[in-house]
Amino acid sequence: MHVVVCVKQIPDPAVPGALNADHTLKREGKPILDESDSYGVEMALQLVDAAGGGEVTLISMAANEETAGLRTALAMGAAKAVLVSDPACAGSDALGTAKALAKAVERAGSVDLVLTATESSDGYTGTVPAQMAELLGWPALTFAKKVDIADGTVTIQRQTEAGYDTVQASLPALVSVTAGVVEPRYPSFKGIMAAKNKPVDICTAADLGLDGQLGWAGARQTITNVENAPARQAGEKFEDDGTGFEKVVSFLENLKVI
Amino acid sequence: MSTDYTPPLADISFVLDHICGLNEINKFAVFTHADREVVTDLLSEAGRFFAQTVAPLNVIGDQIGSVHNADNTVSTPAGFKAAYQAYVEAGWGAVAAAPEYGGGGFPFVVGAVLEELISSANLSFSMCPLLTQGAIRLLEHHASDALKAMYLPKMITGEWSGTMNLTEPDAGSDLAAVRTKAEPQSDGSYLITGTKIFISFGEHDMTDQIVHLVLARTPDAPGGTKGISCFVVPKYLMNEDGTLGERNDVTCVSIEHKMGIKASPTCVLSFGENGRGAVGELVGELNGGIIAMFTMMNHARIGVAIEGLALGERAYQQAYSFAHERKQGRASSTARGESALLIEHPDVRRMLLTMESQIEAMRRLIYVTAGAIDHSEHATEAADREGNEEIAALFTPLAKGWSTDTGFEIASIGVQIHGGMGFIEETGAAQHLRDSRIAMIYEGTNGIQAMDLVGRKLGLRGGDVVREHLGRIQSSIAECRVVPELSASAAAMESALEAAREATEWLLAQTNNDDVLAGATPYLRLMALVTAGELMLRSARIASNLECGPAQLRTARFFCEQLVPGATALVPAVTAGVDSLAGR
Repeated sequence: MHVVVCVKQIPDPAVPGALNADHTLKREGKPILDESDSYGVEMALQLVDAAGGGEVTLISMAANEETAGLRTALAMGAAKAVLVSDPACAGSDALGTAKALAKAVERAGSVDLVLTATESSDGYTGTVPAQMAELLGWPALTFAKKVDIADGTVTIQRQTEAGYDTVQASLPALVSVTAGVVEPRYPSFKGIMAAKNKPVDICTAADLGLDGQLGWAGARQTITNVENAPARQAGEKFEDDGTGFEKVVSFLENLKVI
Repeated sequence: MSTDYTPPLADISFVLDHICGLNEINKFAVFTHADREVVTDLLSEAGRFFAQTVAPLNVIGDQIGSVHNADNTVSTPAGFKAAYQAYVEAGWGAVAAAPEYGGGGFPFVVGAVLEELISSANLSFSMCPLLTQGAIRLLEHHASDALKAMYLPKMITGEWSGTMNLTEPDAGSDLAAVRTKAEPQSDGSYLITGTKIFISFGEHDMTDQIVHLVLARTPDAPGGTKGISCFVVPKYLMNEDGTLGERNDVTCVSIEHKMGIKASPTCVLSFGENGRGAVGELVGELNGGIIAMFTMMNHARIGVAIEGLALGERAYQQAYSFAHERKQGRASSTARGESALLIEHPDVRRMLLTMESQIEAMRRLIYVTAGAIDHSEHATEAADREGNEEIAALFTPLAKGWSTDTGFEIASIGVQIHGGMGFIEETGAAQHLRDSRIAMIYEGTNGIQAMDLVGRKLGLRGGDVVREHLGRIQSSIAECRVVPELSASAAAMESALEAAREATEWLLAQTNNDDVLAGATPYLRLMALVTAGELMLRSARIASNLECGPAQLRTARFFCEQLVPGATALVPAVTAGVDSLAGR
């Protein structure tokens, strides 16, 4: 079985982020593997194991040839990577990203399953998985908290507010997995050494036939303004005069959490 | 995932790249596979693993500790066994070991950084891999090929652990007094009988096999250290096919109740408790046990120096967070009616900077020493190897003695920053203080480090090794003086260098060895301050062209201008002579 995992290399969230004048995120330092993608990588490795063989390919997009984040996922056990790397990628909107990644999936060869996170930790649009599936002409099964594959069919438990739905589709298909779905393994020393020699196929927009469709050139959205998130409001204090619990209950009811 | 320990990779990378010469070490033929990118990946992944998997067990390790059971087994605290299993699966123990037996063959200095990370995360836990690595190193250098093939592969993966059995009830710092017996058998093996104490991880439940290295005497061995041999004594006898056989006659009869590192079981091992004696094989030459031990001594002492650094770092991170959260009292920056954060108080800032700058200074001194060991073993030019061997020999007692003293002082400042809460165990600051205390004692007490410095190292090449070292410091100060922001630091370093020269020449001129020994400990501190001061000064000079310039300048100036001047005040203590210590 051949599973492709979409992974994003993002600026380290532990380092204070900064924006460029055009409101895009500065991506200058060494990027790391988006933690939310580590679940997809782990899931892919487990599915391939369960299938009794096959391999995991990573696909990613970057404006430069940076591979630090990819190496983490290769060290976890993925076999190879396709990196769409082109200065022209800078400024891509969600649809541009989906186009590049869908083409990269085609470039990766015969693929049974594509796994993604539900959204990236730096962009948070959450729309790329569905757009990719549409471009590939494959079913999209989203928000999976459990994934099983048998006899050419993928079955997921789709997380909902009330519980979960069981959703099934024939392969090939695209599945987005929620964080926490599996426990991502730590890259081992041997895995890190092996990752050095794993192939990373670096291709440009032109290689994928996407000249002019990526980055600012292809984007159909512009960022007009960026504002700070509103500061957290001061909390509300209840003095307990013996009826404190009622106030707490009514407060929680107003929030619709109970 | 947020954790209460963050690997300080930025400073570590700076030291590797700019101070201890990893880019030169990487070029040695044996290390070409250890390129910088791989080292970066390795340290960040190992750091993440230790922070997320090993660090959270630090407190429970202290509260519960390891337990000796009625059947003479030892149980480590809940979670230790699973974390150790994960450590073995990740393979972190193999990084710096020999490639012939499955090791990664990375430079010693890279292994040293991994030791810092694991020791900061959980010192008790780290003791098991640390002792194993010492045993691996000894076997690599001295064991027969058959013994190496039998033991090394699984010790390098970490599936089996190793121990060092030196100390006995009447043989602590003085190994000449070792009495454990080794009786030769007709098959070439030996039967070991006797009692060893203070054996870290001498018995535990984290590995299937424990490989003890034991110092003992054969029946007609000469007295003193020249009659001591080294034996490998496995917990389970080895079958010929490499599987584990019957239980050897080595028994953990009790474990110690200690001030700190409570999860690291400190065992009393009885060899021959069941009447027969434990079966062991000779490692290296007969009566060559002390020489064998000394080949790993520099490495082991650097390992303990790292513990001072590592616990200082952990205590600092905790105190730093507390000072940025806790409000108490008023400072000049405080708005009316509000309390100040601790960090706003100048005295708290002084405490934090005292911690931070000394941690950086220790890190530089230790990794430069580790880098010198790599150079001394693998540099292409003989002169380069010899020069670095001298540096490693001179710096090792400085690193061990000063870093472990300083690690304890820093942990004490960490308690102080927490105020009354620092004295309460629940806060966790006290554990670092208690845990760090042992590093000043084991692997040669700091008094022994000072005696090693004045007894063995000061006299190398008639004192020229030390004089040349001080000469290099002088050149470096001259290079730094031209950086305007560093002129005051350079001036402070010059005064301290003068003090180091005065103390050195006084010691070299003495004819009564007791006068030299009387000044040994203050001399070690003086030399460490001057040596580390130069490394801090150099860091600031190199960083002045880099993005990290301001941060390096801040700590370097504090260290050189406010801590290094203490070196001058040590001269009277160095030169007072033994008569000043008369009396009872």
